[in-house]
Amino acid sequence: MSDAPVDYRPMWTDLGLDLEAHDLLLTAIPQLYADAYLSQQDRPEGMAYFDFVMSEIHGLRIKELVDHKAAGGTVIGTFCVYVPEEIIRALGGVSVGLCAGAEWAYDQVEQLLPRNTCALIKSAMGFKLGKVCPYVESADLVIGETTCDGKKKAWELLGEYAPVYVMELPQMKRPQDLAFWREELDRLVEKLEEVTGNTLTFEALQKATKEVNDKRRALQRLNAARAASPAPISGKDALLAVQVAFYDDVPRFTEMVNKIADELEQRVASGKGVATADAPRVLITGTPMSVPNWKVHDIVEKAGGVVVAEEMCTGSRYYDKLVSEDATTLEGAMDALAVKYLDVNCACFTPNQGRIDDVLRMAKEYKADGVLHYALQFCATYQIEATTVERSAQEAGLPVLRVDTDYSMEDVGQLSTRVEAFLEMLKA
Amino acid sequence: MRVLGLDVGSRTVDAVWLEDGAAAESAVLDAGFAPQEVAAELVARRPVDRVVATGYGRHAAAERFGADVITEIGAYALGASRLFPEARSILDIGGQDTKVILFAAGGKVADFEMNDKCAAGTGRFLEVMARAFGVDVGEMAEEAIAADGSVAVSSMCTVFAESEVIGLLHRGEPRARIARGLHEAVVRRTLSSLHRVRARPPLVFAGGGARNAALVELVAAGIGGHVLVAPDPQTVGALGAALYGAALRGAAPLHQQAPEKEDI
Ligand code: SF4
Ligand code: SF4
Repeated sequence: MSDAPVDYRPMWTDLGLDLEAHDLLLTAIPQLYADAYLSQQDRPEGMAYFDFVMSEIHGLRIKELVDHKAAGGTVIGTFCVYVPEEIIRALGGVSVGLCAGAEWAYDQVEQLLPRNTCALIKSAMGFKLGKVCPYVESADLVIGETTCDGKKKAWELLGEYAPVYVMELPQMKRPQDLAFWREELDRLVEKLEEVTGNTLTFEALQKATKEVNDKRRALQRLNAARAASPAPISGKDALLAVQVAFYDDVPRFTEMVNKIADELEQRVASGKGVATADAPRVLITGTPMSVPNWKVHDIVEKAGGVVVAEEMCTGSRYYDKLVSEDATTLEGAMDALAVKYLDVNCACFTPNQGRIDDVLRMAKEYKADGVLHYALQFCATYQIEATTVERSAQEAGLPVLRVDTDYSMEDVGQLSTRVEAFLEMLKA
Repeated sequence: MRVLGLDVGSRTVDAVWLEDGAAAESAVLDAGFAPQEVAAELVARRPVDRVVATGYGRHAAAERFGADVITEIGAYALGASRLFPEARSILDIGGQDTKVILFAAGGKVADFEMNDKCAAGTGRFLEVMARAFGVDVGEMAEEAIAADGSVAVSSMCTVFAESEVIGLLHRGEPRARIARGLHEAVVRRTLSSLHRVRARPPLVFAGGGARNAALVELVAAGIGGHVLVAPDPQTVGALGAALYGAALRGAAPLHQQAPEKEDI
């Protein structure tokens, strides 16, 4: 971490970025970050690591990826938590999450995609079309999946601009679906062996599984501390940790998150928090939030609430289940992956009772006073499932606020009023 | 104790002054282009011990006048419950937003819903449509009441509904029937919000929309009962804000018990 400013522009040019547009993006993100993050009081000291990561999000980390590639490695982009990063890692690849959390180049995007496409898909497309994302530009392969209709069809168009491979994801979780999914993982291995030039071995896969599990264990520890009252870390900071988990170096990330967890455990022991003990505690459930989408957390926490858990892919769905490390053969290790990865409770599945159970269980564990259901506009699966989530939570005595929004800032005023009223209601 | 409740909206700035728990004066002023200036004028009008702001400009008012804040949702529930202690729900159709609130005795919010960024179902929707007719909202409401039937307007999006209305006019549909159809569309949307929050009677109707006789008639028909129209519908939020301020100092009893009733 030297202080000498490094000029990354030649690297960005080599990657094919549009430097002018990229400059604009790089002035916007630090402003957003400062406003949402650096303005917070009493942050855990360990969050300094994430401040650094964010300041180098298109710098040092990209340099590491470029160096990794120069040494013969590969970079594989993903868009969904169903794609097993263990396989990528075991084959010498670095997995990077490509979901984007800001509106970008929508004018170009809307020439390809209808306006009523969810913000996640539009912005992922926008970052590619606008040539401002060094992660997607470094990727040797981009893995899409057949989750929702929007993504499924968008991959066909994205394939015209980047090397895309699509995994078929079942929509139900019956035994035959698991068998199919298991085969689909074999096909992914085949594709990745071709792209990386390496052959998957049992030892490499076990090692990767262990490392990625350690990353999840660290996040579990960090998040477990949030059950305490007062909350020892803001929801925003905890969200950031999971967002960064998708593209950071695995062992380094694990070490840093464990350090933060140590600090949080001490805070809990001494009763130190980032919010007062009577601040309303909110659980957020819904569609994923990618960097720099901190909008709803920011609104809740600036209004005096504290977010204590996220039931979403940039939250518990990413870290709460581990892959069994008991396998003794490659086959067995692949079976273990198939089981764990099919056990994600995304609204693209039917039925999806597991998600309802998770929401209710987490609300209890984290002592949430209320549930905020967050869905991106035009996301049919989550917006429809919101009805079931809302009903079940209300039956369990939990007030629910439904927020359907996108990445724009137009509705922040209106949303703040709704969130503040919700917090007033939880407090009364 | 003297408390000023201020509702700083985008269209009007409303004020209610409470003295020892009783309303002493109220005002509704046009917000113009500088709502905070209008608010300043009201703050200077009478000496008070405390100011509580609600509405769109509440945080700006908090900074400028050292006011406490409460959201419109909380304020409307308190105000409505003061005016009609037996009431359990409130419908507010304002210029820019529509809200429905379910509350317990004493104005404690139990659930609420507020429209998102779009203007569908708000006073603004009717204003845009009245403009397409070349009349004002009051005239359009009168025509709607007098109409001998209605034409269904299916689109709730302000932009699409406007072209739908123009199309209907070109087809020679009588204006009064279209006007009634538009009011029905707003009320339909409102009723589904009322159902979603499980609103209970008695229902208070407040906000600028409560002055629209066609809306009042259709809402009453829709819930199959009577609606309580606030006497000064635009100041319900300001009244609630003032009551909140009085309670902050423990001066006014906000919680009175009354029997619960069935869902609407
Ligand atoms: S919400 Fe569903 S589709 Fe989106 S990343 Fe998560 S699992 Fe994948
Ligand atoms: S948010 Fe919904 S619509 Fe968008 S990509 Fe995810 S599942 Fe698909």
